[in-house]
Amino acid sequence: MFVYADNAATTKMSKTAISAMTDYYENIYANPSSLHTAGQQAKEALEDARARVAACLGCEAREIYFTSGGSEADNQAILSAAKLGAMKGKKHIISTAFEHHAVLHTLNKLEKEGYEITLLDVSQGHNVTAGQVAEAIRPDTCLVTCMYANNEIGSVLPVAEIGKVCKEKGVLFHTDAVQAVGHLEIDVKKQNIDMLSLSGHKFHGPKGVGALYVRRGVMLSNLIEGGAQERGKRAGTENIPGIRGLAAALEEACANMEENNKKVVALRDKLIAGLSQIPHSALNGDPVNRLPGNVSFCFEGIEGESLLLMLDALGICASSGSACTSGSLDPSHVLLAIGRVHDVAHGSLRLSVCHYNTEEEIEHILACVPKVVQNLRNMSPVWRDLQTGKREYIL
Amino acid sequence: MALYSEVVMDHFMNPRNVGIIENADGVGEVGNAKCGDIMKIYLKIENDIIEDVKFETFGCGSAIASSSMATEMIKGKSIENALSLTNKAVAEALEGLPAHKMHCSVLAEEAIKSALKNYYEKNNIPYDKSQFPDCENCAHCHE
Ligand SMILES: Cc1ncc(COP(=O)(O)O)c(C=O)c1O
Ligand SMILES: [Zn+2]
Repeated sequence: MFVYADNAATTKMSKTAISAMTDYYENIYANPSSLHTAGQQAKEALEDARARVAACLGCEAREIYFTSGGSEADNQAILSAAKLGAMKGKKHIISTAFEHHAVLHTLNKLEKEGYEITLLDVSQGHNVTAGQVAEAIRPDTCLVTCMYANNEIGSVLPVAEIGKVCKEKGVLFHTDAVQAVGHLEIDVKKQNIDMLSLSGHKFHGPKGVGALYVRRGVMLSNLIEGGAQERGKRAGTENIPGIRGLAAALEEACANMEENNKKVVALRDKLIAGLSQIPHSALNGDPVNRLPGNVSFCFEGIEGESLLLMLDALGICASSGSACTSGSLDPSHVLLAIGRVHDVAHGSLRLSVCHYNTEEEIEHILACVPKVVQNLRNMSPVWRDLQTGKREYIL
Repeated sequence: MALYSEVVMDHFMNPRNVGIIENADGVGEVGNAKCGDIMKIYLKIENDIIEDVKFETFGCGSAIASSSMATEMIKGKSIENALSLTNKAVAEALEGLPAHKMHCSVLAEEAIKSALKNYYEKNNIPYDKSQFPDCENCAHCHE
């Protein structure tokens, strides 16, 4: 049995998204900047996609800028806000310790350039509170950037509350919503979000295309200079097939959100209940405010890469925050940030499911994971030391 | 292309010599859980010959495969032979390891040496210290 349970990494494209794209490869391939009818047809298709994406987020079409993906959108949002801040002498930015590297590495760069970065602690409840944000805001804070939902452990942040705090204090608020868009109800106006990043391939759309919502009145700076595409804020001939695919996938995801989530949450909860039976294991992430498809565990006494390899041999695609899967010595910064010590963080497993997954697949996973964990524990000197009392259990 | 060679996958999925030896003549453990790999080697030695060897490993696929291969390579061999086993030889026998996984084969070499050192020390046999890595102070896991 083949089970794809790595939807947080990327998703399979929906048929709707694929068919929305093929026409734009085959027939409507002109450059939307061209004057001729074919070009204008492409331009219409582009603007239609923009309006549809905007409708899914509750904003205006002109507040949407298409990018090459989530990473670019994050970079552009943060660097733009930082530049705006510097013009007013404000060089303090607030974020969280468990952001995606697209955010964290951008903040590192700014720190080297003289900005001051506060990363909010996420070890309490594997989440942040709006209160933490309020407390961290200073007169010189120019940006709060908090992800909407965490890609590794699934915690969903109190975005509306954070938005309210930021609005009251007059600080720009950006959210990396790459894991949330298409999966959770979003209304950028109601939630007081000034900037939001999204990526097509996380909701059954294409890879290499994303979007940045920027509230009207917030000045955006370019990452890419050149032509006047995207109202002069992002040069380069538009990826119309990608943009059409993204819009179609997003519309489909939003239209079916309630129905899909009912199914996905049931699959997730079945997995969580089943895997919780494994002794000396722990669920990572907020148990209540959680992405519908995210299951993340740490299993004591084993290492994540070997767990993934054995699951792969059984047809199960999953991921881990272990150091060995990343090629570095340190396990995932997210697991460390929520307070998992190295020993335990190495033994992590993330399963991320979607509405394409079935009950039978979940049962296959539940039949395999406990066996594989036991198999690896049986050859682990750490497990033996835990069992003989030479080492103390952490979980 | 798969991540690992077929030989690595075979030794990972069907590891040889997993387990422990009660009252082993030499035991060596290297690595630590913090950096993600621990290898423990148990030796049964008679007349300078490694009569039996077992291992336990906490680590990635290549760490488990390296332990399995290394134990196969010293089983039934003389101590002298086992001492000359290099991580390169282990990696070659595995038909190669990805560059960032070479440290797993190093760990296997060091685990065997550490078990042999333990055997020498237990039996008050004089030995050439320069033949053994200084695991306690190695930068790999103690940065
Ligand atoms: C939370 C989060 N932010 C940003 C990204 C980057 O998105 P992309 O791969 O489209 O650049 C991802 C996905 O990898 C993500 O999960
Ligand atoms: Zn190591």
